[in-house]
Amino acid sequence: MTTTQNEQSNRKNSSLKLELSKPAMPKVEPYKQTAKDIALKPDLFLSGHRACAGCGPATVLRLVTKALRGPTIVTQATGCMEIVCSIYPYTSWGLPWLHTAFENVAANASGIEAAVKALGKKGKIKQEHIDVIAIAGDGGTYDIGLQALSGAIERGHDFLFILYDNEGYMNTGIQRSGGTPMGASTTTTPAGKVLPGKMEKKKPLTEIILAHDIEYVATATPYYWKDMMSKVQKGLEVEGSAFLHIFAPCPRGWRTDPSRSMSYSKLSVETCVFPIWEAVNGKRVLSIPSKMYALAPQKKKPVIDYLEGQGRFRHLFKPENKHVIDQIQQATDNHWQKLLKQCETTIR
Amino acid sequence: MSKQQQYHGSGWKNLVMAAVSQKPSTDFLTGDWKTFMPVADFEKCVTCLTCVMLCPEGAARLDSNTGKVYFDLNFCKGCGICAAECPTKAIVMQIPEKDKAEE
Amino acid sequence: MAQIGKEETLIKQELLALNGDEAVALAAKQSDVDVVAAYPITPQTIIVEKFSEYVANGEVQTEFVCTESEHSAISASLAASVTGARVFTASASAGLALMHEILFVTSGSRAPVVMAIANRALSAPINIHGDQSDSMAERDSGWLHIYVENAQEAYDSIIQAFKIAEDPTISLPIMVCLDGFTISHTLENVNVLLDEIVKQFIGERVLPMIINHEGKTVPFKLDPDNPMTMGPNVSPVFYFEFKRQQEEAMKNALKKIQEVNTQFATLTGRSYGDGLVDTYKLDDAELAVIVVGSTTGTLKVLIDELRSEGIKVGLLRLRTFRPFPVEQLQKNLKHIKALAVMDKSMSFGSLGGPVFTEVRNALFDIKEHPFIINYIFGLGGRDSNPLGLRKVFEDLQQIAKTGQVDTVVHYLGLKE
Repeated sequence: MTTTQNEQSNRKNSSLKLELSKPAMPKVEPYKQTAKDIALKPDLFLSGHRACAGCGPATVLRLVTKALRGPTIVTQATGCMEIVCSIYPYTSWGLPWLHTAFENVAANASGIEAAVKALGKKGKIKQEHIDVIAIAGDGGTYDIGLQALSGAIERGHDFLFILYDNEGYMNTGIQRSGGTPMGASTTTTPAGKVLPGKMEKKKPLTEIILAHDIEYVATATPYYWKDMMSKVQKGLEVEGSAFLHIFAPCPRGWRTDPSRSMSYSKLSVETCVFPIWEAVNGKRVLSIPSKMYALAPQKKKPVIDYLEGQGRFRHLFKPENKHVIDQIQQATDNHWQKLLKQCETTIR
Repeated sequence: MSKQQQYHGSGWKNLVMAAVSQKPSTDFLTGDWKTFMPVADFEKCVTCLTCVMLCPEGAARLDSNTGKVYFDLNFCKGCGICAAECPTKAIVMQIPEKDKAEE
Repeated sequence: MAQIGKEETLIKQELLALNGDEAVALAAKQSDVDVVAAYPITPQTIIVEKFSEYVANGEVQTEFVCTESEHSAISASLAASVTGARVFTASASAGLALMHEILFVTSGSRAPVVMAIANRALSAPINIHGDQSDSMAERDSGWLHIYVENAQEAYDSIIQAFKIAEDPTISLPIMVCLDGFTISHTLENVNVLLDEIVKQFIGERVLPMIINHEGKTVPFKLDPDNPMTMGPNVSPVFYFEFKRQQEEAMKNALKKIQEVNTQFATLTGRSYGDGLVDTYKLDDAELAVIVVGSTTGTLKVLIDELRSEGIKVGLLRLRTFRPFPVEQLQKNLKHIKALAVMDKSMSFGSLGGPVFTEVRNALFDIKEHPFIINYIFGLGGRDSNPLGLRKVFEDLQQIAKTGQVDTVVHYLGLKE
């Protein structure tokens, strides 16, 4: 390659994005590994982490590391999962991993991606390509990390942002976040004599991310692990920013039986509290587990099935708070109807 | 001196820079957290691997030699997700025999 | 600025008219940086703009990340640095303050990021002009701090900064501070080295070798071939030890800064004292002043005037503020009768400004230490001219004569 060609190709690869029309999303084969392959693949999120028994996010991270396609660098925001996997001198990461602070994980990912690009151009790293993953909880995404995230995806860095959403600041003792749902009792929105838990709705985060017009945005939950893992892979395939919102039950914060974490993951989809979908270049499609309830609405379960057994919603079952459950049902229905329109699903 | 003690005894000159982690967490056993342990009934098990996928600890594993699922009790925290999600109800949660004896 | 080395042995240089910011940007470009992550703020803007031009014109292979805030700029810089890249950023004032949290993370993560600071006052009330409140407020952030006198030194110091910060025995981030507007925006003659010479002088980044959790000795960077966990959660059992390690790296920097200063002098003919402190007519002086940054030039003119009047005055410029050169101060100031310390920032509620408290602390152990007084001056860009600064020496003369200090902390140029 001559110098000029080199310069040209460098220019093409640089962060200067001049294309007016977006290239089509690279065609991704559906997840090809069998369950047996996945099971036998060694975990890169190692056993011996200190997450609570029944931790939903721990299952998420384990499966995420099993869905990787090649050399990967992970950066993670402060949060419960960051703590439990890195208690010095131990680490649960079989991958290069960086934690710096709570609010800046997307900026860290920007820096890593830029460094990999620059060192790659200069022939200073062996790997042809390195995937970059940023992981944060709902606090580090909905709230304190939103600015850095918005900036990073606006700049279009090639990385996958994984949000594990357990709907609160669980690490610091179950405080509300922008991702905490209406009606939930947390230590900063305690159910009291006057207030029935959190009064505000969950922030429509994925809508905000979608509005950035990035190539891949999806929601997932670990009960549907195959769906979740294929979304991780699709997110990595994108040449640019991708965002994956994973709904991950927290037995400690939700005050649920540890054995039921995956049941709540499943119920969140069955009640349409957390529908799962993916949007490729802004075009939203319901994923199969959620699509079922679009095609057969009669199978959709009432939200009360999901709320029941969760200590954070226990106060809603008192007679004086019953109206909140109705409100939650109404809000869930409205959200679902809106989503159906957005997903252009025809229900015949 | 145990490995743990060796670490606790390290002076600043001997510690690796910037607190870069020194041990894989697989050296830290979490098995003693549990009250109940999973026991599989292989008559019922269809090796669907749901337990292997959904275990937060990576303690439910597939043995590549036998083709059977097993639980690494060194790490199992006894949450019971495997038993709750097993589609054929092949897993039950039990109090370990040695704990029973202590009672 | 002393001349070391014979003219004919020095390498070829080009004389350009540059302001401090442009000189910094050029030095960063020539230092072959891999990543620049920055956010514009007055009076640092020219640095970022200039670098953007290099990128737009394809003059550099650097990945330029124009972030949405200084907080993200330093976060990206830190992450890029621990990925193995040579990283440069720049900021000032509110921007530096916004970085505050991550400055500590950067030094604690041992990421040798080089940052230029075009010193500016802190709000409120908002003021875009030069003083050193911004970088002085970060004096305990674990960064190395170098303060320059002019655009030439800004250029030279950025080049030196990479060599100092990236040394595996140091591996600490470094701030090169230039007074806002006085240096950042003032056109000066700057001798510029050839690209190749700068590249050779700094050399490739050499990473410290460390042991990872797999028990392998590997280069200190995020590398999929050799996984490493950086930034773990550390309990009271270990935390203290890592802080002590940072202090040791600071000590190593004391030596390295002097070494690099000498190496640079051999190459270019330019040196800045011993790299830590720079003195002017101090050897036989009875009265002396300590200053940080661009006011040095004005004071030198004044000292010449006073010397011609037969008054034995001298100056010590503190070039390196972190690590604080205690020994050099003791050695150079032990014969002084009365000493004035100039502070271009305030430490509210303290007895004097940050430079003053540090200097007095350092000289406390000299048996017969000088009388030491403090002048807070130039805040928010308030002009400091030779006429106003004369007051400092008049006060020192009085103290030397009477052996009495009436006021320890003075506000110079303040309207009463």
